[in-house]
Amino acid sequence: MALPGAEEGHYALALACVLALAQGVLPLWGAARRRRTLLELAPALCFAQLAALLLSFACLVISAVRDDFSVENVAANSALSKPLLYKITGVWGNHEGSILLWCLILAICGGAVAWFGRGLPLVLKARVLAILGAVSTGFQLFCLLTSDPFARVWPAPADGQGMNPLLQDPGLAFHPPVLYTGYVGFAVPFAFAVAALIEGRVDAAWGRWVRPWAVTAWCFLTLGIAMGSWWSYYVLGWGGYWFWDPVENASLIPWLTGTALVHSAIVVEKRDALRIWTVLLAIATFSFSLSGTFLVRSGILNSVHAFANDPARGLFILLLLALVIGGSLLLFAWRAPSLVSGGIFAPLSREGGLVLNNILLCALCAVVVTGTMYPPFMQILTGRTLSVGKPFFDATTIPLALPLMAAMAAGVLLPWKRGQMRPLLRRLRPAAALAFLGLIGGLATCTGIIPALCAAFAIWVIAGSVTDLALRLGLGRGHGMLKQRLPHLPRAVWGSAIAHIGAGVTVLGLTGMSQAQHRIVELGIGQSVHQGALDWTLTAIRQEKGPNYRATLADLTVSRNGREIAIMHPSRRDFTAQHQVTTDVAIRTNLLRDLYAALGESHGEGKAARHVLRLHVNPLAPWIWLGGVIMALGGALSLSDRRHRFGAPRKPGGQGAGRIARSPSGTADGTGRDPEGVAS
Amino acid sequence: MTIPSRRRLLMALPVAGAGALGLGCWKILSSMEEGGFDPRAIRTEAMRHPLPDFSLGGLPGAGEGFDTRTLSRTGEPVLVNFFASWCIPCVAEMDALRKIARFLPIWGIAYKDRPEDARRFVLRDGSPYRRIGLDPDGMTAIEWGVTGVPESFLVLPGGHIAWHASAALDARQFEEKVLPLTREAK
Repeated sequence: MALPGAEEGHYALALACVLALAQGVLPLWGAARRRRTLLELAPALCFAQLAALLLSFACLVISAVRDDFSVENVAANSALSKPLLYKITGVWGNHEGSILLWCLILAICGGAVAWFGRGLPLVLKARVLAILGAVSTGFQLFCLLTSDPFARVWPAPADGQGMNPLLQDPGLAFHPPVLYTGYVGFAVPFAFAVAALIEGRVDAAWGRWVRPWAVTAWCFLTLGIAMGSWWSYYVLGWGGYWFWDPVENASLIPWLTGTALVHSAIVVEKRDALRIWTVLLAIATFSFSLSGTFLVRSGILNSVHAFANDPARGLFILLLLALVIGGSLLLFAWRAPSLVSGGIFAPLSREGGLVLNNILLCALCAVVVTGTMYPPFMQILTGRTLSVGKPFFDATTIPLALPLMAAMAAGVLLPWKRGQMRPLLRRLRPAAALAFLGLIGGLATCTGIIPALCAAFAIWVIAGSVTDLALRLGLGRGHGMLKQRLPHLPRAVWGSAIAHIGAGVTVLGLTGMSQAQHRIVELGIGQSVHQGALDWTLTAIRQEKGPNYRATLADLTVSRNGREIAIMHPSRRDFTAQHQVTTDVAIRTNLLRDLYAALGESHGEGKAARHVLRLHVNPLAPWIWLGGVIMALGGALSLSDRRHRFGAPRKPGGQGAGRIARSPSGTADGTGRDPEGVAS
Repeated sequence: MTIPSRRRLLMALPVAGAGALGLGCWKILSSMEEGGFDPRAIRTEAMRHPLPDFSLGGLPGAGEGFDTRTLSRTGEPVLVNFFASWCIPCVAEMDALRKIARFLPIWGIAYKDRPEDARRFVLRDGSPYRRIGLDPDGMTAIEWGVTGVPESFLVLPGGHIAWHASAALDARQFEEKVLPLTREAK
């Protein structure tokens, strides 16, 4: 046998675990004993661990592609008839494989720190890598001891049991790796935070090192959540995009604290303030990522995202979480009080805005955590079952999200350190005017005041970001000014403005979706129904055969005032191997609204047959995910800023540890406001 | 430099909070192992309520059907079990059901199943069911609040649901949870 199989994969995983242990212990020891050789060993161990894990993961992929059903994991999740793409992506579509992917991504993050962090001080880098190694050890042990993806089964079955057909979808195939990269990426800021606590020093330079990692992880998490939500919109066929399911909340919680982290790290970097808070956020974000991914697998939280629930596995996870989270928070309780707080600022300032942003984001996070953990905790305390759903989250998150959006537009228009009310109000005038128009438009088209308010605030956020860009570019002050400033405007400024615009676009999408009209109808062939100012006619029902399913397709003609605007083909797929039926939703979008149709059950025979159809008209629906992509693009753009590049050499002279260069000319480095109109 | 104790206390808050959460999770996990906590247990309020209205046709050759009236007029407790031939946990549950059938009559409801599939499934190793109703479109299951198969309900004489499990039954669960309730009813 030429290709490596399951045993080689198992061996490589064990090897990676040992290497990770060495990576977790030796550099820390070296840092305590001042042994330079041990410190320099850290990157090498990191790359070795990564290589071993890559081999291990490759072995699992090879087993899956070769249909080696003697591997239990492959037999349970794959089948001969499964298309090749899903044989590969199915590797991480189950518990064992996804844990291995999780470990692999953690190792890749470590490798990235070792590779791009060549400009970092030797001791700090060694400590960061050591902490990543220690976390890796724990999770690779978990993989080896409780969820071995390489276990053999004998006798080997002739064919596998196949994968859940709902997961056989390109959107979902790439959703886990992206989402996991987001989750795991926050391990790097976490490691930086713990290393800083061990060292007892947090300064502006630390903020500058942490931020690109936090932004990278945040971009991936944003994309991952958007992909997951999009998948549930077009695969599940319920017409919804977010169900406040524990697993969805588990991704939203670290996103909220991660967003807070990305913002508070700016304050550390630029103004050397909020240091302790940022360290805590870095720890909290990764802790929530860990708890989310792993609590779901322990079976504590009831969710539609079924992973095999196993209390024994849950206990191991809990122990691991206690070590990682409890350990880091204990360290925080011990060391953080001795960190000195940094720069001071007035409440009305950029920092003040960012503090407000942090408070609101953390309050939102607390609300979501409460809503998610309340049912199991109530059940254990009082023995009563209850469920917390959309009404609770609507009632609690909207009142927090509205002021957050209000602050978003004002914050970007404020200068650092101290702002003044009058210039701020003058700058906000165009945004306020547009938001007012939005409010009127919203009141005219939406039912209820809250959607109209949401729309107004979304427009306010977008307009505020555009105003910020316009002011920085000196628009309206002559062509010469624009020509002079355009090439020098830092990409970070573009990035943050674009990310804020993305957030506004998403909120507009959410608002539009809240106005969606839907109806469940029963139609015979040739019959039509009037829904959302359109006529929907069922013209035919056809049968088709797919690679591993039988499909029933409907031909649905949509017309407005007798003029045909779309022919849609919603279908139902019967996966014979799994006895599962999935709906294949038909969506026709013009970017301003989605026509959405799903085919349900059919009753009766022959000409009397009637077919259940679910018809939606979803205004602005694509904007929800479009906004997510724009946010991630904004983050990526700010990453490409030269000053944030991981390996960027420090400026000679200026930014030593513990000090920050306060450029008096502001705009040159994009940190301050343009001098006019601001007394600074 | 001395650090004020208020500051120390403040910084210890996160670890205290995480500790409390962790303790709660540990308690949930350990009671899950003992079977005292079921994250999927839903709608316990539906218990001790009158039976929903339904009427199911039987499965010829395997058992006759039943409706609300027949079920509420039995003189003894009945275990109502929703199953389907396409459901893997139901296969695993069959052994336990055959043992339970010696102590307690079990009435089955075939959920979204074709009659011939259901018949083959039930008769393969001996049917544990005294009666079998067919619920091809799953409407009765909705009335009962079933979220998936297998699911079991203990119905006491007079038509009250006294106990409900939204997972496969095993012998231990039956002895600890169901048997005491049936003795009480007798």
